[in-house]
Amino acid sequence: MSPQALIEARGLHKYYTIKTGMFEPNQSLQALSGASFDLYAGQTLAVVGESGCGKSTLARLLTMIEQPTAGQLSLDGIDLGSANQKEVAKKLRQTIQMVFQDPFGSLNPRQKVGDILQEPLIINTDLNASQRRDRVLELMRRVGLLDEHIHRYPHMFSGGQRQRIAIARALILKPKIVVLDEPVSALDVSIQAQVLNLLIELQQDLGLAYVFISHDLSVVRHIADQVLVMYLGKPVEQGMSEAVFSNPQHPYTQALLSATPQANTDRKRKRIRLTGELPSPLNPPTGCSFHPRCQNAVAQCKTTAPVMAQYEDVSVACLLVN
Amino acid sequence: MALLEITNLTVEFATAHGSLRAVDRVSLSLDAGDIVAIVGESGSGKSVAMLALMGLLPWTATITADRMSFDGKDLLTMNPKQRRAIIGKDISMIFQEPMTSLNPCFNVEYQISEVLAQHFGGKRRSYKPRVIELLKKVGIPAPETRLKAYPHQLSGGMSQRVMIAMMIACEPKLLIADEPTTALDVTIQAQILELLVELQKANGMALVLITHDMAVVAETADRVVVQYAGQQVEQRSVIELFNNPRHPYTEALLSALPEYAKEKTLNAIPGVVPGQLDRPVGCLFNPRCEYAQDLCRQQPPQKSEGVLCHYPLPLKAGSNSHTEVIL
Ligand SMILES: Nc1ncnc2c1ncn2[C@@H]1O[C@H](COP(=O)(O)OP(=O)(O)OP(=O)(O)O)[C@@H](O)[C@H]1O
Ligand SMILES: Nc1ncnc2c1ncn2[C@@H]1O[C@H](COP(=O)(O)OP(=O)(O)OP(=O)(O)O)[C@@H](O)[C@H]1O
Ligand code: SF4
Ligand SMILES: [Mg+2]
Ligand SMILES: [Mg+2]
Repeated sequence: MSPQALIEARGLHKYYTIKTGMFEPNQSLQALSGASFDLYAGQTLAVVGESGCGKSTLARLLTMIEQPTAGQLSLDGIDLGSANQKEVAKKLRQTIQMVFQDPFGSLNPRQKVGDILQEPLIINTDLNASQRRDRVLELMRRVGLLDEHIHRYPHMFSGGQRQRIAIARALILKPKIVVLDEPVSALDVSIQAQVLNLLIELQQDLGLAYVFISHDLSVVRHIADQVLVMYLGKPVEQGMSEAVFSNPQHPYTQALLSATPQANTDRKRKRIRLTGELPSPLNPPTGCSFHPRCQNAVAQCKTTAPVMAQYEDVSVACLLVN
Repeated sequence: MALLEITNLTVEFATAHGSLRAVDRVSLSLDAGDIVAIVGESGSGKSVAMLALMGLLPWTATITADRMSFDGKDLLTMNPKQRRAIIGKDISMIFQEPMTSLNPCFNVEYQISEVLAQHFGGKRRSYKPRVIELLKKVGIPAPETRLKAYPHQLSGGMSQRVMIAMMIACEPKLLIADEPTTALDVTIQAQILELLVELQKANGMALVLITHDMAVVAETADRVVVQYAGQQVEQRSVIELFNNPRHPYTEALLSALPEYAKEKTLNAIPGVVPGQLDRPVGCLFNPRCEYAQDLCRQQPPQKSEGVLCHYPLPLKAGSNSHTEVIL
C-alpha cells in the first residue's frame, strides 16, 4: 500500500471580490485557479512564479487562514470540506504550520523569544510551565540558538537568527507539514545557506513535508522534490524538480529559467526575452493567459484556454505541447 | 585619466554608541564604459560609499578621502554649487527603493521634464517630446499614454523604468545603480539589466552596479569589488574572481551559492558579519574564516595583489594569462 499523502489538493480555487467603485459592479479576481498536488512526508513541493501569481494565496488555503472558493483539500487524511469545519481546523492547526518571508514583521517585537515560542504551547497543549520551558529550550538548541537567547527580544537578533526563531515557533507543536513563504528571500547569501541547511536537516530528521514558496530558482532547484510553476493564478507546469529544471516544457517555465541569472561567467547563454509585464489579474487575457508574452503563441492561443495534461515526465498547460 | 578616481574613502557616522566606521579606506577607479559591480552582505557599506560620492549623506557622517575626483575635477575641494552642477547631471544614482525616489505627488511627465529643465534650462513643457523618447528608450510601451500617470499607478517594474528614464535624462557619464532590480521579478530583472547594459554600450556611460546577487554580477559586470564590513577585501575582473577567488571571504561567498553545491548540505559561512560593538581584533573576517591563523587574530591585514588578507589563496596556474585578454 502506498503511504498516505499529507496534503491532497484537488482543483483548489480562490476568488476575491474586488469593489471597484460605488456604481460599478464588483469584480472577481481569480487569485488561484485549479491547483492540484499530493505531498508526502519528507518531501518538498516548491511553488514558483512571478509576483501576484497566487503563491501566498495557496499558502493561506493550505494553512486554513482562508477557505477555498472551490476544490478539495485534505490534510493528513482529513477532508477539510467535511461537516465539522471548526473541529477539523482545530485538530489540524498543529499538523500544519507556516513561516513567513519577513522574519521581523512576523515576530511580536514586545515579546521575548521564550514567550513567542511557548505561546502556541499554552494555547494548544496541557503542558505545565517546566515542560513548556524544556520544549522551548529543546527547539532553540535544535535551530541553533543559545539558551541565553530565551530572554531577548526579536530586535536584538540578526535577520538569520530571527528566521531561526520563526522556524522554531513553527515547529514547537510538532507539525507534519510546514509552509514556508519566501523563507530565505530577505537573507544574505551566507546566512541563506545556514537557514537552508537547517531546513534540510530538520526535514531529514523529522520527516517534515515542506511547501516551499520562492522566486529564486537556484534555491528551488537545490531544495525541491516537486515543482509547481504558476502564472496569473494558474498552474502551467508541474512535475519532479529534476524533470522541470532539466527539460522545461512550458514556454513560461523556459522563460523563467532563462531569465534567472547564473553565477558562471560563460555568457554565451541565449536569453528568451519575455516582453511586457504581467497582465492585470482583474482582466486576464483570453485563451491562454500567457499568450501576450509568449514567443511561441499562435492564433488559437488567443481563444482556447489550455488545460494541464501529462507530457513526458511533467504536466503542462500549453496548446502547443499537449 | 580615469573618469572616476576614489582613493581611501572612509565614512564614519556619529552614533549614540560612538563612532561607526561604515566605509573603511575604499578605492575605486572607473573609465568611461566600465561596468563595475560592488557586492557584499547587508550593511557592508555599499550604499554609504556611493552616497558619500554623491554628497547625499546626513551631517552625522564624516567623509575623508585621499582623492575623490570626477572627470579631472576634484570633488573634495569643490564648492557645493559646483558639485550640484555635476551630481544629477554627469553622475546619477538609481536608488534601492524606486518608490521612495519618485515623488508620489507628481506625474511621470512632470518629474522627468523637471530634471531636464533644471539642468538644461528652458521651459519644462518644451521637453515633452524628449520625455516620450526617454520612456520609449527604457521600454515603456505606448509612452504617450503614461505621461500623466502617477507613481502609485505603475507596477514595480514600470516605476523602476521611469526612475531609470529620469536618471539617464541628462545622459550621465556615470550611473550608479543601487540594487536596481532587487524588488523585481526575474523576468523584469533581466529586462532592466539588459537595458542598463544597452545604455552603457550606446552612450559609453560608466556603470556602478551595487548588488548582493553574485549571479547578477557574473552576467553583467566586467570588474567586481567585494566588500566586507565596510572594507574592500578583493577587487578584480569578474572572470578572474569567479574562477580563482583569492580572498577567503570571496571563496566562501561563492561556495555558499546553491548553484555551486555538490551535495544537499550547502557550504554555509558560519557566524554573522560583525556589528559596531563586536568588531574583532585583526582581520575583520577572522572569526568566520577557515584559514585564520594567529596573525589574523592579532593584526589587520594589508592589501596585497588587490586582496586584503594575510594569506591570500594561491593563484591558479594559467588564470593570469586568461585575465590579460579580458582586461
Ligand atoms: N485579500 C485579497 N483581496 C483581493 N485580492 C487579493 C487578496 N489577496 C491577494 N489578492 C490578489 O490575488 C493575486 C495573488 O496574490 P498572492 O499574494 O497569492 O501572490 P503571490 O504569488 O504570493 O505574489 P508575491 O510573489 O508578490 O508574494 C494578486 O493579484 C493579489 O493582488
Ligand atoms: N545615516 C546613518 N547613520 C548611522 N549609520 C548608518 C547610516 N546609514 C548607514 N549606516 C550604517 O552604515 C553601515 C553600512 O550601510 P549601507 O547602507 O552602506 O550597507 P549596504 O552594504 O548598502 O547594505 P544593504 O545591502 O542592506 O543595502 C550599516 O551598518 C548601516 O547601519
Ligand atoms: S587575513 Fe586571515 S582571517 Fe582574514 S581572511 Fe585572510 S586568512 Fe582569513
Ligand atoms: Mg506572496
Ligand atoms: Mg544598500
